[in-house]
Amino acid sequence: MSKYALLFDQSLCIGCGACEQACQSEHDQKPHKPTKLDHESYTWVESLSDGQYARHLCMSCEDPTCVSVCPVAALEKSSFGPVTWDAKKCMGCRYCMMACPFGIPTYEWYSTNPRVRKCDMCVHRVTRDLPTACASVCPTGATNFGEREAMLKEAKRRLAANPERYTGEIYGEKEAGGTSVLMLLSKPAEQSGLPDNVPQQDLPHLTWNVLEKLPQIIPVWGAFLGGMYWLGARKEAVAEAEKKERGGHND
Amino acid sequence: MTNPKSLRLHFWSTFFVGLMVLLAVVIVRRFTMGLGAVSNLSDQMPWGLWIGFDLLCGVSLGAGGFAVTAVVYIFHLDRYRPLARPAVLTAFLGYLIVIGALLVDLGRPWNIWHPLVFWNPHSVMFEVGWCVMLYTTVLFLEFLPLVLERFGYKKQMHFMHSYLTPGLVIAGVLLSTMHQSSLGTLYVIVPQKLHPLWYSPILPILFFISAITLGLAMTNVESFLALRGFGKKLEADLLRGVGRATAVMLMVYLVVRIEELIVRDALHYAFAFDKASWFFLAEIILGGIVPMVLLFMKRVRRNALALSGAQFLVVLGIIFNRMNVAVTAFQLGTGAEYKPHWMEFVVSMGMVAIGVYAFSLAVRYLPVYPEGPLAGAKPKDPFVELTH
Repeated sequence: MSKYALLFDQSLCIGCGACEQACQSEHDQKPHKPTKLDHESYTWVESLSDGQYARHLCMSCEDPTCVSVCPVAALEKSSFGPVTWDAKKCMGCRYCMMACPFGIPTYEWYSTNPRVRKCDMCVHRVTRDLPTACASVCPTGATNFGEREAMLKEAKRRLAANPERYTGEIYGEKEAGGTSVLMLLSKPAEQSGLPDNVPQQDLPHLTWNVLEKLPQIIPVWGAFLGGMYWLGARKEAVAEAEKKERGGHND
Repeated sequence: MTNPKSLRLHFWSTFFVGLMVLLAVVIVRRFTMGLGAVSNLSDQMPWGLWIGFDLLCGVSLGAGGFAVTAVVYIFHLDRYRPLARPAVLTAFLGYLIVIGALLVDLGRPWNIWHPLVFWNPHSVMFEVGWCVMLYTTVLFLEFLPLVLERFGYKKQMHFMHSYLTPGLVIAGVLLSTMHQSSLGTLYVIVPQKLHPLWYSPILPILFFISAITLGLAMTNVESFLALRGFGKKLEADLLRGVGRATAVMLMVYLVVRIEELIVRDALHYAFAFDKASWFFLAEIILGGIVPMVLLFMKRVRRNALALSGAQFLVVLGIIFNRMNVAVTAFQLGTGAEYKPHWMEFVVSMGMVAIGVYAFSLAVRYLPVYPEGPLAGAKPKDPFVELTH
């Protein structure tokens, strides 16, 4: 389990957008009001219809699907929590975007040297034991940063103290096998613009279950094919020899 | 210039040249303005027509290469030998075209060799990348004897045939087993993003069986096209055998496919009569059950035109399946909006056109068929030829 996590308490978010601004300046982006996650918006505070807000950012899975699917190991999970992308390795196949259960990675579609863009959980800060930019500016305590164990405990404490404020679900505790972003929801995931169909276990095991069988199947399959070739070749050789022998008798 | 044949030829060559000019324009645009300028791909729909058609269908269409060579060289069904070279040629060209299309689709195609040095054995795409690279090399070596024979290197050709071919064919079957199935495995990791009529934990098995089916059907379609284009004699008795084998493979595929839907309790989606259901029924009935029944009928197999038509349906059915997995099922599962941009079609059609053109050049100047190079052969009317 990775060290740090973010805890987002939906009931405390006032939609001020301080996290968005902090994120943009931390990543040297043009200040703007995001309307979705895109190549220059790593986090987005969505205004929901009933005056509540939802925050979107990379969930930094404990066992990330994107890391597992990347054919060139360009994505990496840090033991501190962040999931990062390496520009030097990426070949642009976009399997990470296809596979992410939360639909997080975005792409520079109009670049000739496009990058995969997403929240990196302020890896440059977190690996120095500093909180993420978004957590350090949140004025209400909606976004919190700390050790994952402590954040989970805090979430459960808040849930127990004010059960009527929350749906009772800690989004990210089990989703995709657990994530380094925990969301204490006051509205069901679906109404908060979050996918509610994310499997409650890690996804990489699905493909690994298939891939790990290849070393067992391929040698057997290869031996069978080789054997069939040999049997057929032998039969032909025998037939040839018999024909020759018969020819010899006739002479 | 007034006879209809030369007019038709004129139409096709104009079409081809026009398509190549368009393709060049699109490629320049793609590499100067980015993928967004030539496609409707988006953050919600990162894979579209190019992955669905050029990659998934392209690789599956090449499956005849390993299926037919296995039949001839491993299982020693020698009478099918005349079909081996065209199948290898199709596969070799097909894989080159897949790689060509990938160079357009990848965001950073100059890094396409990275799986060689940056390893991630947990990635299905890593395995597919390696297998496609190795198998394209195998196909090149299987294709080489045609060139050696053409230029009179008889000794080298016989050396390859007696010492290398068996090993190459076995390697080809193993590599194909891995990556044909793995194209299905690519989607095993997105259970919640594909419509349940197409998601399956056994996608690798379904992709493998259907690839063999498609590969067999393609050998027939190619023969038919060679007949149309070059007046090549049709190996009618061989194609009947291929038709029987295709029918059996298709039956196995359909049984596994339907049975798996029943086991997963997903068959009821087929009768919801919504978009998913209609696409599924069209795929299974028109592209599966109908051609299977036709191929099982002796009357159909005896008529080369009907046989080729049934095999063409098989090809369309499995292409439709791949497109449904890559586009329809993904859209239905995620709600992503996507209609391929016309420039995406230009790339896909351009790649097919290059393939067909390369195939016809090879057929003309290399000993692909037992008759030898077909250059100078008189085109015959295929319909007269077929109905006799």
